[in-house]
Amino acid sequence: MNEFLQHLVNMLVLGGTYALLGIGLTLIFGIMNVVNFTHGVLYTFGAYVMFIVVQQLGLNFFLALPVAVLAGWLLGALIELTLLRPLRGSDIDTTMLVMIGAWIAMQSGTLWIWGGVAKSVATPFPDAPLVLGPVSVSWLRLFVLAAAALLILVTYLLINRTSLGRAMRATFQDQDTASLMGVNVDLIYTSTFAIGSSLAAAAGALLGPVYVIFPQMGDLAAVKAFAIVILGGLGNITGAVIGGFILALAEELGAGYVSSGYRDAMGFLIIIAVLIFRPTGLFARAERVG
Amino acid sequence: MRIVVTILAVAALASVPLWLRDPYLLNALITTGIFVIGAMSLNLLLGFTGQLSLGHIAFFGIGAYVSALTSLGFDIGLPGGWRLVHEPWPPIVGLALAILIAGLCGYFVGLLSFRVRGAYFVIVTISFAEVVRLVALNWVELTQGPLALTNIPSIVLPLPGFGEMTLRTKLQNYYLVLVVAFIAYLLIARLVHSHFGRAMRGLMENETLAVSVGIDVTKTLTLAAVISAAIAGAAGSLYAHYIRIIDPEVFAFINTVTMVIMVISGGKGSLAGPVVGGLIFGLLPVALRPIMAPEAQWIAYGGVLIAILFVLPRGIVPSLVQRFVRRRSGTNSLSPVALAETGAKEPA
Repeated sequence: MNEFLQHLVNMLVLGGTYALLGIGLTLIFGIMNVVNFTHGVLYTFGAYVMFIVVQQLGLNFFLALPVAVLAGWLLGALIELTLLRPLRGSDIDTTMLVMIGAWIAMQSGTLWIWGGVAKSVATPFPDAPLVLGPVSVSWLRLFVLAAAALLILVTYLLINRTSLGRAMRATFQDQDTASLMGVNVDLIYTSTFAIGSSLAAAAGALLGPVYVIFPQMGDLAAVKAFAIVILGGLGNITGAVIGGFILALAEELGAGYVSSGYRDAMGFLIIIAVLIFRPTGLFARAERVG
Repeated sequence: MRIVVTILAVAALASVPLWLRDPYLLNALITTGIFVIGAMSLNLLLGFTGQLSLGHIAFFGIGAYVSALTSLGFDIGLPGGWRLVHEPWPPIVGLALAILIAGLCGYFVGLLSFRVRGAYFVIVTISFAEVVRLVALNWVELTQGPLALTNIPSIVLPLPGFGEMTLRTKLQNYYLVLVVAFIAYLLIARLVHSHFGRAMRGLMENETLAVSVGIDVTKTLTLAAVISAAIAGAAGSLYAHYIRIIDPEVFAFINTVTMVIMVISGGKGSLAGPVVGGLIFGLLPVALRPIMAPEAQWIAYGGVLIAILFVLPRGIVPSLVQRFVRRRSGTNSLSPVALAETGAKEPA
């Protein structure tokens, strides 16, 4: 029982960052209909920004997080403007392959600049974990959960309470009608991609210090993000949050009770199972974002 | 015209070992040839049915592992205390089994994944390949996991009346790969120009219309997946017996991407496309090696993929054919008949 409680606590911490990853991807996938293979690279990018700011520039850990979010936002906007905007209207396979090309180039660029040796980031948190009865959790992980929750809340408010969010939801429902109503669809696309990318970078910046940072860390993260999006349904933010926690639970239980080697197989198995048995996602409500 | 070009191309490829003595380049040509076979099989799905499978390396890897395990033998425990012991069989049987089992996997994967289309199909196929990779990594008793299967024997060709020939040298393997590639090419060409090929292309152009004229979608797509997977399995088997060591890294996603780049750059839906694109992209690392670090090569690889999609979205072969046909006929537009002749997809 105690072991199970510990798994639940781990699930909460992991699930928060998974939800961030999933929200970013579900916005891009849902609104722009782009299968974003650079999502994992943005996750890696966020982690490396953390590394640069904290380890190489020697600045404050808490300052590094907003820097990573902002840097992810800028890189996302850049990718959208240079690669996706010229391809608007081409078929989904072409944009997907262009995204794969960008992913390979950026990941190799990371490897070239920083090398393949895993890096770690020093944190201001005490090493001793917080012990609550039968479970223990490190202060860093608690901070990660709190920061992820805050970012999820901000995104939720952005989508549901601002005029930009309303325009994004309108574009998701019907791009042509939204355009006729005066929504600048090009601007919405760039914003969506930039916001999604900044969330991926935030997830990387939060989980990077928990584990280690290396150029290929984003590959699995990207697959997990796809699993979460498929689980939660396209463009469904609430679905992505729930999907993030379900995936985290499946991984924790899979690693704890099956075999730790198959921990990362859980995401793929979920993808296959959901698409075969319930292709619209568990919480299908594809007609709106929010 | 077509036949002349094909014969000339095969003759040119067959003559390569006569004037090329460098073993490094010959090695690059053999591995490129093996990947070209994989790319041709991918083209059957991507170019002729329009389904972008990004898990294609799974069938290649399954073929490699089946063939290696058949010729090495294994001894694994089964639930309930039973043991499954397999004595080594000749590698040529491994090749046959690789084709068979990869095809069978293609059948089941096709049956399940063709329930979804577009982006979802892509993600299911990637997931399948990753699950297979994780099984190869974790089922250590069978696959040795990351320690790799080593000392895989070379293919032994039985020659009736002359005994047998072990294909150990690069020269022998070069011709083996060339022959298998040629057979695969002919098989795909025959398929594409058959009734079945027209059904596949009909599906790609307009699925609803194809269904309305009585094309069985699932059956057509699944059959294409089976043949495609079987050919990829054959390529994997050749790879295992040539390289003679196989580890789970064979399932790396980047290998699928390499095949996709070969197909896209050469021209999807064109029979010669994967061959041309495959030779260019297979030999590009060789050309870049003296002037670039490996990481920089991969950056260039990604950049070239993007550039091709922007500049030549239909691929090299269809663009060249279009130019050639235009000059001969003296018109600016390419007639649908000419397009059908070249096997190219019409511009969107």
